[in-house]
Amino acid sequence: MRRVMNIAPARGSGMLLAAIPFFLIVVIYIIGSAERRAANPDDKLLPPVSEMVQTTQRLATEPDRRSGDYVLWTDTAASLRRLGLGLGISTLVGLGFGLTIGLLPIIGASFGTIVAVISMIPPMAMLPILFIVFGLGELSKVMLIIIGVAPTLIRDMSIEVQSLPREQMIKAQTLGASTWQVAIRVVLPQIMPRLIKSVRLMIGPAFLFLISAEAIASDVGLGYRIFLVRRYLSMDVILPYVAWITLLAFALDYLLGLFARKTFPWAYVEEPR
Amino acid sequence: MKRLLSFATAVAIGLGTITAASAEPKKEFNIAWTIYVGWMPWPYAAENGIVKKWADKYGITINVTQINDYVESINQYTAGKFDGVTVTNMDALTIPAAGGVDTSAIIMGDYSNGNDGVVLKKGKTLADIKGQKVNLVELSVSHYLLARGLSTVKLQEKDIKTVNTSDADIVAAAKSPDTTAVVTWNPQLLEVKADPGATEVFDSSKIPGEIEDLMVVKTETLKDNPNLAKALVGIWYETIALMKDQTEKGKAAREAMAKLSGTDLAGFEAQLKTTHMYYTPKDGAAFMTSADLPKIMDLVRSFCFEHNLLGDNVKSMDEVGIQTPTKTLGAEKNIKLRFDPSYMELAEQGKL
Repeated sequence: MRRVMNIAPARGSGMLLAAIPFFLIVVIYIIGSAERRAANPDDKLLPPVSEMVQTTQRLATEPDRRSGDYVLWTDTAASLRRLGLGLGISTLVGLGFGLTIGLLPIIGASFGTIVAVISMIPPMAMLPILFIVFGLGELSKVMLIIIGVAPTLIRDMSIEVQSLPREQMIKAQTLGASTWQVAIRVVLPQIMPRLIKSVRLMIGPAFLFLISAEAIASDVGLGYRIFLVRRYLSMDVILPYVAWITLLAFALDYLLGLFARKTFPWAYVEEPR
Repeated sequence: MKRLLSFATAVAIGLGTITAASAEPKKEFNIAWTIYVGWMPWPYAAENGIVKKWADKYGITINVTQINDYVESINQYTAGKFDGVTVTNMDALTIPAAGGVDTSAIIMGDYSNGNDGVVLKKGKTLADIKGQKVNLVELSVSHYLLARGLSTVKLQEKDIKTVNTSDADIVAAAKSPDTTAVVTWNPQLLEVKADPGATEVFDSSKIPGEIEDLMVVKTETLKDNPNLAKALVGIWYETIALMKDQTEKGKAAREAMAKLSGTDLAGFEAQLKTTHMYYTPKDGAAFMTSADLPKIMDLVRSFCFEHNLLGDNVKSMDEVGIQTPTKTLGAEKNIKLRFDPSYMELAEQGKL
């Protein structure tokens, strides 16, 4: 008997199937937008696609009337810088602490629990404290990302280290490896693919924290713009910005995936793609 | 395929609810309010049966709903979820009116008479603000107040740097050491001012009447259902008469309103002091029909146009028409914001 679970689409039709939901969303949007426009020609909630294209063009290619900046690009640059710093530092912290906590029982016993507890604190709930400690500038925005992302990475890395076969460590020691050598030559290469995978999964949360930080106090950035124009319901700015953020996050995720496959092909042997 | 189908149905249902929302039968009306000293009579009236009393009198149902976020409440109104909303004159112009929703202000509730202020941590006069970073909700009435203040000391917006700061977090932001200047409104303003070293250098009592708190409804709904406006005006003046009342009964009402807005009686009365309430329909209507209102709205719309708040395709501030009883500003053919004192006048004449 032919089971549904065994029917796989061919490459071409697979792409078509993937495109259908996107197409449906666009069609539904266009219908909804046209309907609201028919009722009120100045409607701002669902602007037609042509208007969004126009606005995007203006934001990307014309200097802003007041500041003279090319708004879309200055916002993107500022946000990507914050995101890059936040995610980058989180990755280093996650790797360093995770490896140490996982490998050294002494460190694990002292810091394992506190990291587990800290990773459960919702960073958004501590905002007032963050403001007072780190101020309102760039530092607090990057810190919010780090506080949100790093503890989870640390935990994930330490668990990954602990799940490595004990025999490997013993073998390396009988061959005369020191703790440092085991960490660098045995453990580190094996947890790198996992690290990249976890960072990929944390792109979403990192963006969430970035946008929140920018919404609260900021003068440039993707989140700043969205929350600024929200005041007068400029969906023709918000919707393209949301699409742009999604695209940026998707591209970042894709590039990291590509990098991981190129650098650690052995970790992906069993995966089909 | 099955999954695709169920996805399509789900979206279709979603779309259905969007379109259904715009065509309700009109016996039931939805009014949104947010926490602000001058709007607290609404929840009090709802909780104490005053809303029901007047609604029953006109044979309608009025649902009074609190929205936690002020801008969100106006956006919801503009999108069509509510028939009326509590809003300032400036936001009524920039959000619903500029968004094509023809809006009528039927109650002139109060104007801010010190409820909005500019606070400096470094500096004793407004002129000291030059070159500082100013934390405020950009493009809000705070921004307007700041612009009006700057013009009094011959400064321009170029001379400062604004940092958009959420009103929910502005108290915490003000405590941060690298924050030196803040513009905000009450109740946050009271907190910010209370900090040692903070000086209030400009406030809305220096621009009396310019930041007005209104009750607005959709003009179309108003035309078809004048009873809604009559009921709302009836509710309003009955409730604020209690608010003003100096006997135990009035105190109890104010205490209840204070509690609803998350403060105590003393805090509420402190905020009332900096709010110029129009306690009688006569005073409210008189301000609406005065020659000052078009002058004020002209200042407000200039600010809005200069800051691009009327929309990007708007080439002149005359494109969005504003009608006041004495004068119409801008395009007669595209009037989107109307000040309509007729219901307050009915209340004044006791004809409700």
